[in-house]
Amino acid sequence: MSARLAVETLAARAAGRLSRLAGAGGGTTLPGKLLWKLDPAAIDALAARLSQGVALVSATNGKTTTTAMAAAILGDGRRLAWNSSGANLVSGIASTLLARPGAELGLLEVDEGALTEVARRVRPRALLLGNLFRDQLDRYGELELVAERWRATMSALGERTTLVVNADDPRLGDLARDRRNAVTYGVDDPVHGRRALEHAADSRHCVRCGRPYEFAAVYVGHLGDYRCPSCGHARPELQVRAKAIELRGLESATFDLVTRAGETRVRLPLPGLYNVYNALGAAALAQVLGSTLDEIRSGLERFGAAFGRFERIVVGDRTILVLLIKNPAGANEVIRTLEGGGVPPLLLVALNDATADGKDVSWIWDVDLEPLLARTERVIVTGERAAELAVRCVYGGLPEDRLEVQPALHRALERGLELTPAGGELVVLPTYTAMLALRRIFTERGLVQPYWEQLQR
Amino acid sequence: MRIRLGHLYPDYLNIYADRGNIAVLSRRAAARGHELEVASVSVGDELRPGEHDLLYIGGGQDREQALVAPDLAAKGESVRTAVTAGTAVLAVCGGYQLLGRGYFGRRDVDMPGVGLFPHATIAGERRMIGDVLLECELEPGVRQTLAGFENHAGRTRLDPGAVPLGRVVAGFGNDGESGYEGCRVGRAVGTYLHGPLLPRNPWLADWLLAQALAHATGDEPPELAPLSDRLEAQAHAVSAQRARDRGGRF
Repeated sequence: MSARLAVETLAARAAGRLSRLAGAGGGTTLPGKLLWKLDPAAIDALAARLSQGVALVSATNGKTTTTAMAAAILGDGRRLAWNSSGANLVSGIASTLLARPGAELGLLEVDEGALTEVARRVRPRALLLGNLFRDQLDRYGELELVAERWRATMSALGERTTLVVNADDPRLGDLARDRRNAVTYGVDDPVHGRRALEHAADSRHCVRCGRPYEFAAVYVGHLGDYRCPSCGHARPELQVRAKAIELRGLESATFDLVTRAGETRVRLPLPGLYNVYNALGAAALAQVLGSTLDEIRSGLERFGAAFGRFERIVVGDRTILVLLIKNPAGANEVIRTLEGGGVPPLLLVALNDATADGKDVSWIWDVDLEPLLARTERVIVTGERAAELAVRCVYGGLPEDRLEVQPALHRALERGLELTPAGGELVVLPTYTAMLALRRIFTERGLVQPYWEQLQR
Repeated sequence: MRIRLGHLYPDYLNIYADRGNIAVLSRRAAARGHELEVASVSVGDELRPGEHDLLYIGGGQDREQALVAPDLAAKGESVRTAVTAGTAVLAVCGGYQLLGRGYFGRRDVDMPGVGLFPHATIAGERRMIGDVLLECELEPGVRQTLAGFENHAGRTRLDPGAVPLGRVVAGFGNDGESGYEGCRVGRAVGTYLHGPLLPRNPWLADWLLAQALAHATGDEPPELAPLSDRLEAQAHAVSAQRARDRGGRF
C-alpha cells in the first residue's frame, strides 16, 4: 500500500468508529464517503490488493440475497470483503474494502445506478446481472436507460470479465449474445410457469424488433422462456438451470441444480421462485469463481436470511416475519409466496417515501395486492404514506372496517402484536426505510443486534 | 347507466400505475349505481368515434411510447372527432404529450401526435421529477387542488390562448417555467400528474364521470351523490404537503 493510501485509510477508519461511538448509526458508509472525497482513485488501489479479485452483483431485485448466498458458498475457506449490510453505492463499497484489509476476494453487491463507476474502478473478474424491473423511476430513470448503461459497462470491461446473466430476462439475455466469456442461467420448469404476464410486467416487447414476445412460461415478473414470433429473438441456451422445483409454502424451495459440471439437488431454506433465481445466480457466480458443486449445495443449504429479507424475529411467544417490498415485481413475488404458504389473517404494511424508498409511491398501484386483500381478515397500514396505502387497499376491495390506519410505525407494530395470538406470527411488509426503522425498534427492545455488530462476525 | 371507457394501449402505456386511475373511476361509478365498462384499444385496433364515453391514455417509457406513437397518430382523426362530439378524455404523462402535436428532438426521432391539445413537447436535458400541486378551476368559480407526482424530460409548450388544466402551486408543471400545468379542450384533460392521479384527487374522477355520463345520455353533466372520501382527503393532504415541502424546482 502506498503511504498516501495508508494515511487515508487510517483517517477513514477512525471516522467510522467515531460515527458508531456518536450513536449515529452503523458508520457503514462514512469511512468510504470520506475516502471517496479524499481520493476517488483509492478504491482502485484497495480493490487491486485482493489476491482473488472482485466479483460484482447487480440487479433490481435480490442483489442483497444473491450476494449473501454467494458469500455463504465462497466464504468457506476464503476471506471475503463483502458488503453484507447492503451499502451498495460507491461510498459503501469503499468502506467495505477499507474495513477488510486481509481479504482475498471482493464480493460486492452494487446499486444499478452505481455499477458503471464501480466496475470501471474495481475491474471485476466476474459480474453477475440478475434482473431489471421497473423500480424507483424517480431515481433510476427508465429501464431502457439502465440497460443501455449496463451494456456500455460490459463492453468497456472487455472479455477479461466473465459475465453471469439471468437469461430469462430478455434484456440481460441479449447482453450475453456475441460474448464468449458469458454464463447464462435460468429456470427450466414450466410446471411453475404462468402463461400470462402480470399487470406490471416490463420487457413485454422484443428488445430487437419491438413486437410482443410469446412466453412458453413466465416465472417471475417478465422473467421466463420468451421468443419473438417476428424476428426470432429467444432465450439463449441455459448453462446453469433449476429443474424439478418444489415450493414448500413459507419454508423452503427444493430444486435440481443442473450445470455443465454435473447436477445436484438443493434444499434452499428460503421460500419462493424468486429465491430460486437468487440461488441460481449465486451458484453460477460461485462456479465461475472455482467452487465445486458440493460447496455450492452445502453453502446454499446452510444459508440464513439476508438483512431484512425474510427475517424472523422472536418477540416473547410471538414471531414477526419481515418481508421487504420495494417495487411491483418484488412485492408481487412476496405476495405469491404468502399465498403459497396460506394468506395470514393479519398484515402490517409500511410505506415510506424517502429517497431510498422512491419518492414516487405510484408503484403500490402496480402491485397485485388484491389476492391478499380478498383473503386476509385485517390490514394495518403504517409509514409516512399510510394514507395512500389505505386508499390503495380500499379501492383494491378491502372493506374499510377491516382496515386500520396508524402512521406511527412503533404504534402500528404494537397494535399488530396485540392482535397476534400467542404462538402466532405477525407478517410485516415494509419498504426499505420502514424496514430500517423497524429494525431500530427491534434493536431498542433488544430483539436483534444492531446491524453493524452483526457485520463484525 | 353503462359508462363505456376506452383504455388506449394498456399493454404499452402503464408505467405509473395507470390502472389505479381506472380502479377509481370504476368504483366511484359503481357507488352511484353506474357500471364502468372498460375496453382495451391497442395497436392495430380500430377506434370508432362515439363508441366510448370516456377515453383514457396513460404514460409509458420512451421505448413503449415510440412503439405506439405511429399507431396513435393514425387514430388522431377519430380521437378529435370523438372529443368534438362530447367524449371525455383523461390523458396522463406520455399520453398527454402524444395527444398534442408531437414530441420532438429526442435522439433525432420525432414522434407525431394527435393534435387534440394545442401544444408541442420538446425534449429537455434535465428531467423534471417531484411532487406537484396545482390549483384548478374546471367549472367557473369552483376552485380545487390536484396533488400528484411528475417525472418527465419533455417540455410542453401550450399555444397562445390554450387553456391549461391548472396553475402550479408547487412543482415544475408543463415546462418548469410557465407556471401552468396540463391542458384542457372541452371534456378532455391532459396532465403530467400521476401518482396515480385520481385516488388522491377524487373530485377530478367525479368530474370525468359526470362528463362521460353527459356523453352517454346526451344531457348536461349530472350532479353525482357525494361519497365519504375521508381516506382520499388524507392521502391528498399528505401529497399536497409533500409538494409544498419538496416539490420540484430547478
